[in-house]
Amino acid sequence: MSILINKNTRVVTQGITGKTGQFHTRMSRDYANGKNCFVAGVNPKKAGEDFEGIPIYASVKEAKQKAGVNTSVIYVPPPFAAAAIWEAVDADLDLVICITEGIPVRDMIEIKDRMRKQGKKAILVGPNCPGVITPDEIKIGIMPGHIHKKGRVGVVSRSGTLTYEAVGQLMELGIGQSSCVGIGGDPVNGMKHIDVMKMFNDDPETDAVIMVGEIGGSDEETAALWVKDNMKKPVVGFIAGITAPAGKRMGHAGAIISGGKGTAQEKLEVMQACGIKITRNPAEMGKTLKSILK
Amino acid sequence: MKIHEYQAKEVLRKYGVPTPKGVPCFSVDEALKAAQTIPGKVWVVKAQIHAGGRGKGGGVKLAKSLDEVKAYAGQILGMQLKTHQTGPEGQKVRRLLIEEGADIKKELYVGMVVDRVTQKVCLMASSEGGMDIEEVAAHTPEKIHKVFVDPETGLKDAEADAVAAKIGIPAASVPQARVVLQALYKAFWDTDASLAEINPLVLTGDGRVVALDAKINFDSNALFRHPDLVALRDLDEEDAAEIEASKFDLSYISLDGNIGCLVNGAGLAMATMDTIKLYGAEPANFLDVGGGATAEKVTEAFKIMLKNPKVKGILVNIFGGIMQCDTIARGVVAAAREVNLSVPLVVRMKGTNDEMGKQILKDSGLPIISADNMADAAQKIVAAVAGK
Repeated sequence: MSILINKNTRVVTQGITGKTGQFHTRMSRDYANGKNCFVAGVNPKKAGEDFEGIPIYASVKEAKQKAGVNTSVIYVPPPFAAAAIWEAVDADLDLVICITEGIPVRDMIEIKDRMRKQGKKAILVGPNCPGVITPDEIKIGIMPGHIHKKGRVGVVSRSGTLTYEAVGQLMELGIGQSSCVGIGGDPVNGMKHIDVMKMFNDDPETDAVIMVGEIGGSDEETAALWVKDNMKKPVVGFIAGITAPAGKRMGHAGAIISGGKGTAQEKLEVMQACGIKITRNPAEMGKTLKSILK
Repeated sequence: MKIHEYQAKEVLRKYGVPTPKGVPCFSVDEALKAAQTIPGKVWVVKAQIHAGGRGKGGGVKLAKSLDEVKAYAGQILGMQLKTHQTGPEGQKVRRLLIEEGADIKKELYVGMVVDRVTQKVCLMASSEGGMDIEEVAAHTPEKIHKVFVDPETGLKDAEADAVAAKIGIPAASVPQARVVLQALYKAFWDTDASLAEINPLVLTGDGRVVALDAKINFDSNALFRHPDLVALRDLDEEDAAEIEASKFDLSYISLDGNIGCLVNGAGLAMATMDTIKLYGAEPANFLDVGGGATAEKVTEAFKIMLKNPKVKGILVNIFGGIMQCDTIARGVVAAAREVNLSVPLVVRMKGTNDEMGKQILKDSGLPIISADNMADAAQKIVAAVAGK
C-alpha cells in the first residue's frame, strides 16, 4: 500500500496547455504506471483537443464524468491558481495537488475558508510543493522519479530538493519509500505535517517516517506533539534553517522567523522532547533513519 | 515588500484611520517649510527608514521651535541610524517625516498578521502601546487580545468594540476605535498585506483615537495586482546584492560569514548553510538558483556572491531533479572562467546526469574540488578556506 496515491489513481492536469504542465505531465505519464493514471487535462478553450493522446476537457467536472478522474494536479500560473484549486475542490475530487509557486496568501485564506465552510471532501496538498510520489506506481508532480524505489519508509517535507536529498540518502543505504509527500513552502496551505503523519501511521506498509521541516510557523511542533501521543512508528526529523537570520524570508514564502517564533532550534527541541529522533546534520537523515530500523 | 511610515500612514488614511498632520521631507529646507505649514507649537522630526526602534536610536525628536526643527532635521538627515533591526552598521537616513505633536493620554498597540494555524487574519491588540509587541508577548501574554477574522464577513462591529474595551479605550471613544480597527482590517485585506501595525495607537486628551506610527508589509506574491503599492518601493532601503539577484530571478540573502553558497531549492539551500556551520564556518549568503537555472543564471549568481569582499570560498550544492547536473556543470565552468575565480570552489552534484557533470568539471582543468555528499562538501570548503 501507500498513502494518498497509488497505481489506481486517475489524474487530471489543470494547466495542461502550458509549458510546465506539459513537460511534467509527460514525465509523470512516462513514470511507472503513469500511462494508465494520467487520463485527462483541462482547458475550456481547447476542450475536445488532446495533449499527446491525453484528452482535454472543458472543466474538471467534465473530466471527472467522462474520464473518471479522482485527483487533480495544478500547474496553473499564480494569478489563476486559486480559482483552479477551487474548481477541483468543487468537483468533489478526492485529492488536489497544487504545484504552483507564488499564489497570494489572501487567495489561499479564501479558498481554505470556503473548503472548511462547505465541508468539501477534497484533500489539498500544496501549493508551492513538488507533489506526491508512490515509487514504482505513480508520481504526481515535479520530483525526479528515477531517484526513488519502492520500500517502507515514508517521507514528508516542506521543501522539494531537500526531500530529494533525503530520498537520495535512503537510496544509498538501499532503503526504499512507501510514499513521499511534499506539503509545500507556503504559509497557508493544505495538508500539514500532522495530517501526513496520521496517514503514515495508518498505512500498514510504512514502517518509519522521515519528517523534514524548516523555519517558520509551528506545524512541526504540532505534528511532534501528536507523534508523542499517537505514533506507533519511529520518526526521524530534520529542520532546515538553524543559520537563517530572523525576519528574512528564506526563499519559501513560509520560511521566516517572525517575532522570534518558528526557529529551527525551537522546533528541534520540541521534536526531540516528543520522541522524534532528530539530526542536526542534513547529510545524516538517511543514516539516522537506518539506525532506528529494526 | 516594506514601505516607510509616512507611506503606510497615507495608505491607512485612505481607509479612514486618523493620523497626525505630517509632511515627508528630503532636506532640511523642506523640513522647515513643512513645519511652517503645520499649526501648533511642537513638531515631531522622524527619521524614515524601514527598520523599527528608531526612537531609541535617536531618530525621533520632539522640536519645540522652528529652530529646533531645523537643528534636528540637520542632525537626523544623513545619519547612520542604528536600531535593533538595522544591524551594527545602521541605515542611512534619507527621508524625514515632520508631524504635528500629539496630546497623548494613553498609548496602545494594534496589529494584524496572517495566522498560519487558523489560516485567518489575526487582529492583535494590547494596552501596552509603544513597546515591542514581542516583548509583551514574551512577558505578559495575557495583555494581548486576539481576534481571528472571518474572511467572509471582515472584522465585525461587536468584535472591534470588544477589543477596544479590553485594551482600555473609554466607552465614549469606542466608536472611533471601531472605525480604526475596521479600517486597518480593510486596508490589510485590500492591499494583500502580510503585516500591519499601529504602534502606538494613541488616545488623545480630547478623546480622539489616532495612529501615531504605522507599519505595513505586503505579500510579494500579490504585488502583481498592486502597481500603486509597487511604486512605493524604496530601493535605498534594500540590500543591493538582493536587488541585483532578483533581476535574474535568483533568491539571495546576504549573511555575515565567508563561505558563499549556490544551491537549487530553498530548503536545500538552508540545509547547506546549516552544514557549513556544523563544520565550523559561517555561510556568506543564502542563494537559491531555482528549478530552471541556466548557465547564464549560474554566472550571474557567481558574480553576485563574489561582489561580497568577505567571501573566501564557494560551495555549490546541486541535487539535479528536473535540473540536469551537466547543465549546471557547464554553467559553473563558464562562470569560474568569466570571473577569473581566485577563491576555492567545492562542487557537490547528485541526481540527473551527475556523472556527466563531474566529468565536465574535471575536464575543465580548473582547480575545482569535487565532493560526494553534503558533509564531504562542507568539510572540504571549510578546510580550503582555513588554508588546510
